[in-house]
Amino acid sequence: MTEGKTILTVDDSGSLRQMVSFVLKDAGYDVIEATDGRDGLEKARTQHIDLVLTDQNMPGLDGLGLIRALRAIKKYKTVPILILTTETGEDIKAQGRAAGANGWIVKPFDPAQLAEVVRKLIA
Amino acid sequence: MTIDMSQFYQVFFDEADELLAEMEKLLLNIDLDAPDDEDLNAIFRAAHSIKGGAATFGFTDITELTHVLESLLDRIRKHEMTLTGEHVDAFLSAKDVLDMLMGGHRHGTAVDVAAVQTLSARLHGLSEGKAAAAPAPAAPAAAASPEADASGNFHLRIELPAVSAKDVDALAGELGLMGTLSRDILPDGRAAFTLVTSETAETIVAICAFVLDPDALRITDARAAAPAASSPVPASASSLHDTAVPPAAGSQAAAAPAARPAEESKNHGRRATDKEAGESSSIRVSVEKVDQLINLVGELVITQAMIEQRIATLDPIQHERLLNSASQLSRNTRDLQEAVMSIRMMPMDYVFSRFPRMVRDLAGKLGKKIEFVTKGAATELDKGLIERIVDPLTHLVRNSVDHGIEMPEKRRAAGKNEAGKLTLSAAHQGGNIVIEVSDDGGGLDRERILAKAKQNGLPVSDAMPDSEVWQLIFAPGFSTAEIVTDVSGRGVGMDVVKRNITAMGGVVDIRSVPGSGTTISISLPLTLAILDGMLVKVGDEIYILPLGYVIESLQPAPVDVKEISGQGRVVKVREEYLPLIPLYQIFAIDPKSKEPSEGILVILESEGKKAALLVDGLVGQQQVVVKNLESNFRKVAGISGATILGDGGVSLILDVAALLRSSRQLNADSLCF
Repeated sequence: MTEGKTILTVDDSGSLRQMVSFVLKDAGYDVIEATDGRDGLEKARTQHIDLVLTDQNMPGLDGLGLIRALRAIKKYKTVPILILTTETGEDIKAQGRAAGANGWIVKPFDPAQLAEVVRKLIA
Repeated sequence: MTIDMSQFYQVFFDEADELLAEMEKLLLNIDLDAPDDEDLNAIFRAAHSIKGGAATFGFTDITELTHVLESLLDRIRKHEMTLTGEHVDAFLSAKDVLDMLMGGHRHGTAVDVAAVQTLSARLHGLSEGKAAAAPAPAAPAAAASPEADASGNFHLRIELPAVSAKDVDALAGELGLMGTLSRDILPDGRAAFTLVTSETAETIVAICAFVLDPDALRITDARAAAPAASSPVPASASSLHDTAVPPAAGSQAAAAPAARPAEESKNHGRRATDKEAGESSSIRVSVEKVDQLINLVGELVITQAMIEQRIATLDPIQHERLLNSASQLSRNTRDLQEAVMSIRMMPMDYVFSRFPRMVRDLAGKLGKKIEFVTKGAATELDKGLIERIVDPLTHLVRNSVDHGIEMPEKRRAAGKNEAGKLTLSAAHQGGNIVIEVSDDGGGLDRERILAKAKQNGLPVSDAMPDSEVWQLIFAPGFSTAEIVTDVSGRGVGMDVVKRNITAMGGVVDIRSVPGSGTTISISLPLTLAILDGMLVKVGDEIYILPLGYVIESLQPAPVDVKEISGQGRVVKVREEYLPLIPLYQIFAIDPKSKEPSEGILVILESEGKKAALLVDGLVGQQQVVVKNLESNFRKVAGISGATILGDGGVSLILDVAALLRSSRQLNADSLCF
């Protein structure tokens, strides 16, 4: 089930990162935290990741940029990637889809729902 | 799964504090004529991050305010609006209001609701007044959700966009697991469901999102007479086709996770365990615990010094391994001591960061133009001292803005730049930290200070050097602007400033040049607990000189020592005559020799004054733990504290600043050789 599945959570906000990490660890996943897009990309390159959960708005490399970069890497062609964002606009969603995101989780979110989404995607 | 969100509150507050401080800093530095895009983005991101966190942790008031702020900032960073001073002012007020709201959540402090509303209205006004480009997005989470019936179930009517029969079947299967489902066909051939379920509309949207575009989905309350009125999806999203939806459609439902599969009811079986709380990069420890640790390390240092002294007499060949271990212990002890001391150290930025705003506000109120610069904000100082320096420093900065820097017209007339420059700097200097408040204003007015001093009955003479005249403003009662001068009316509570700094073991020095400004320099010891000392011997006594004051030590040639009638002796060191202070005289000790050429002179410097201290000899150099003499015995003139030496004996630490002050008269007159 969740055994051995590793999730990368990318967020420049420490509180949200900690919370996401807490929720996912509680659900039995291994969690790798990254503080921005570049950090996330670096960690994704060097480690095996089963699912990526990234914030959109970050300094440097933002969420969309990270997704594009990940999708360009062979091993991340099909790995589920979710965007965690406060933005709800249609244009940003379209951009996300185009970049290769599998879906959205809109802040604020319910921790239980987050765990559920993740479970469904990488069960 | 239930999660106690409160465990993340502290991290959120700390983070938001940092973001707000960062935002304020960026706002204060922004160039209105050519704002830097990266800065605008960073300010936007700060508001955005706070909003995200506040929304997640349920601080609705903060979410709402940051949302308005964020939308305005978003338009500015996209150049749909031009940044004005009015914006910056409003954003700065927003920072204050957010601080207040956060205080409310954090410490339960009072929240001024009116201020929040005023600011919110002001931000809205700015959005509407200046931009026709885009309508302000509605606050999130504003749309009403379908209401649950008495048994907690929602009655949802779900109208699907045109999708394949296979997808409809798949969805019906999924949704059927969540409650009672019935299917029917709309007049135009699309499918619709009626679902009675305990799940919310958002969950439904999330499930459907795997098959179709959630924005084309229409969910209404099946029980409502006018479905549109209570629709969880805003009117704009009620389009039955997959058409573009304005970004303003920010309701919960439309905003719901678009990729959230769920077929079972939520799993409530798992409990969050506190011990697994995400690792934090810092911990909060009471200062008492740190102080206890420092005290213990102090004792360890003494014990270590004792061991070192005992084994010094051992045969180095026979006891080689013991000696090696001892020297390792000595290294480790020193490292440990440094590490422990560094716990209490904080960067000066902690103090400096509060000034840009204060200076800006004050300058604005007074109609002055001031460029505020800080230097050395990374310089570290003991936490205890850093907290005590805030008030005196605030006072000095305020004085500089208020009285030091002149009005723009006056500066122009004097041929200076209209904008005055106020510099706050910190730097390490020996064992001290030197903090300076420097302005390029009019400088102090010597004549008026002297006149006021005479009027107050202070012992002054017109021949006094400037440095002593400036010190007069620290005299109690030497106050009020109009009395000192209209240019540099320092003096309000300056005696308090001086008293506070002296109490911290610090020294205040003033340099001022008429017409070009004043610098007030505060020199503080880095920490009060431990000091690097030089051990000197007079007769049978060993005294400790804080190393920070020591420049050099030497044995003078008899010809370099001269007697000034009635004023003691001076010694010529590197073409400079310094007053000679015989330590044996001060403490009435029988020295080995009274001749400077037979003893050792330690050249000391404090407050820009030098003197040569005559001792019998140097014993060594070591770190000593300062034990307060006042709390253990009583105040002794010329002594600042005591310590325990390696052999267990007690040694007194000399108050070098006081020694030099007592030699000052001599110094001033002896310079005219």
